[in-house]
Amino acid sequence: MLSFLGRSFVQKIITLIFVSIISFLIIHLAPGKPSQVDPLNPKFTPEMVERFRQAFNLDKPLYVQYFYFYRDLLNGRTVSWKDNRSVLAKIWERFLNSLPLFIVGTILTWTLSFPVGIRSAIFRGRLYDRTTTFLSYLLISIPGFFFAYILIIFVVTRFQVPVIGMETFGVANAAWPHVIMDRIWHLLLPSVLGATGGIAVLSRYVRSQMLEVEGQDYVRTARAKGLPPDQVHYKHALRNALLPFVTMFGLILPGLIGGSVIIESIFSWPGMGRMAYEAILARDYPVILTVNFFSAVLVLIGTFISDLMYMLVDPRIRL
Amino acid sequence: MTHTEKNGHVRENGLEKALTPKRSRLEEFWALFRKNRLAIAGLIIFILFFATALAGLLLTSGQNPVFDPAQIRLQEKLRPPLAKPKLDSLYPAEVPRLGIYLFGTDDLGRDVFARMLQGSWVSLTVGFVAVGISVFIGIFMGGIAGYFGQVLLKLDHLLAGGLLVAAIAFMATNWAAPGILLFILAAVFLLYAVRPKKVSGNRVKPAGLRFLEIHAFSVDTLIMRIVDIMICFPSFFLILTVVALLPASIYNIMIVIGLTSWMGATRFVRAEFLSLREQDFVAAARALGVGNLRIIFRHMMPNAIAPVLVSATIGIASAILTEAGLSFLGFGVPPPHATWGNIISDGKRFIFDAPWLTFIPGIAILVVVLSFNLFGEGLRDALNPKLRERH
Repeated sequence: MLSFLGRSFVQKIITLIFVSIISFLIIHLAPGKPSQVDPLNPKFTPEMVERFRQAFNLDKPLYVQYFYFYRDLLNGRTVSWKDNRSVLAKIWERFLNSLPLFIVGTILTWTLSFPVGIRSAIFRGRLYDRTTTFLSYLLISIPGFFFAYILIIFVVTRFQVPVIGMETFGVANAAWPHVIMDRIWHLLLPSVLGATGGIAVLSRYVRSQMLEVEGQDYVRTARAKGLPPDQVHYKHALRNALLPFVTMFGLILPGLIGGSVIIESIFSWPGMGRMAYEAILARDYPVILTVNFFSAVLVLIGTFISDLMYMLVDPRIRL
Repeated sequence: MTHTEKNGHVRENGLEKALTPKRSRLEEFWALFRKNRLAIAGLIIFILFFATALAGLLLTSGQNPVFDPAQIRLQEKLRPPLAKPKLDSLYPAEVPRLGIYLFGTDDLGRDVFARMLQGSWVSLTVGFVAVGISVFIGIFMGGIAGYFGQVLLKLDHLLAGGLLVAAIAFMATNWAAPGILLFILAAVFLLYAVRPKKVSGNRVKPAGLRFLEIHAFSVDTLIMRIVDIMICFPSFFLILTVVALLPASIYNIMIVIGLTSWMGATRFVRAEFLSLREQDFVAAARALGVGNLRIIFRHMMPNAIAPVLVSATIGIASAILTEAGLSFLGFGVPPPHATWGNIISDGKRFIFDAPWLTFIPGIAILVVVLSFNLFGEGLRDALNPKLRERH
């Protein structure tokens, strides 16, 4: 156990180092210079560009830049090139905005896809199963932005659901129940949109896991003993089908930081995804690299947690 | 398929005849696949889409296209689908070829039907080329990891590999000449080191260089670690970054999507190869003295290709979605050229006045992606040996 922990820790650190090198190279070797973002601006004289390059170490060789950048990142001193604010503070602020979206979306995904998946496994091949199968393919295949506009057209015009930003302008002065309701109202559409794809994929996965387990001998035995079907489905089959999902809890972690660029930009939601998108457009390398670094860290932590969970849940696994 | 062909030579033998399967693998597959009506629908739509995209390429490109997607008619802007053009306000050359605006016009009065035709070729090529790249890399990496995985890398191989990478880095920055020299040196050494060793045996290196013979780790470990590293990148974000930094071109999108999505195929091929290489027919082929490459491509690949095909079909669907998302955000194909994503993106400002600008391309993307997904799932079911036994 301890040796597994140690080995996987070392492995993940090495992976992280390579990820940091590759992302740094991708960004810095791409054509175009960050100092030339605004070449038409008359205030941007060559001296300014030179000062800018010196201030952010852009005149040093690449490996020195790499070293400086990650030293600053680990000390929490990286600043955005755009507005000179600390990158970590910027990310934290946007992260708090994305968090409710992520939490509501995850809750929706996990609470809806299990009943749907289990039911369609139990009624395999019947109308319910075929309908949900087709619906989930539809939801997997629909482009997020198109679905967003369908919702905007049909839901917004009927129910006056707000679609811009996180809160109504000037609502902060109102009484707090009003503020909270306003927040939830704004959260509704983006989180539903964020959850649809997840619901479709996860419910298919639940269904196939259930089908797999329902074909096992011990389920047939339970049925042959004359146990009521509910007990067979939920006690004998479901418990064993749940095993792989325990590990998936670790894998939802990366979603924390990725956010959804497209959904956040449609709904003007000031979250992580949109910040990353704006940083890419502005060639704000520190922000891009930091977001990238954190999401790699989250992926690694996620896989680590899922390995651990697997070990705790399934006694057959000894890593 | 290959097995029945071989059995064909010994048809005179009664016993052999009785043992040959009644239906070939392809027939069996087709019989299974045909039962899945959704998958058949997917296949039909897929063929229709292919034909449309080809027609789109032929009819909208060139100097004097049949349907001109770039023809601007400001007096005819935002006409709804099936609207008749006002003939008295148009020059003869501006009249749409079909006599009506089948899918309406956009805010510049361009014919949406022609633009959809033009965009369909983009979607098709992005899907196929991106997935082609990822499947090629996946088969290559997975094949090496699965077949040669147990080979241990020596320290000198690793050093040479490191030099190779350093040389590429040199060439990418400003020291091109030493970079090329280093690249050639390292490549020659690597080729020399991995040459088939038949006669020469192991020559003993001088004592000072003995440390180069240390076994570091296996090829399999190396490749799977590379896969781990690639998985750490948030893929849509990475694609967005690279596409935003590179000059706008459809080829960059294809290459980037391909380069960021080969990990699944690698894992599938590796897993299949690991189990196949222990099987008797591979051992028999090796005993007959068949070369490695022939074993890989002639004997093992046909048996390992099924899951790759399935994931490739579904990969095309997600590549089309990714491209649409990128065009929607304004990256990718430069503006006058139409893609389904940028028709939606241009039309979103008029969503309440001209909903067809959102709905027509949106439904087109949905239908095409759906057809690929359904076809892929049908393939998976029909190729699944477990299901085959049951039916």
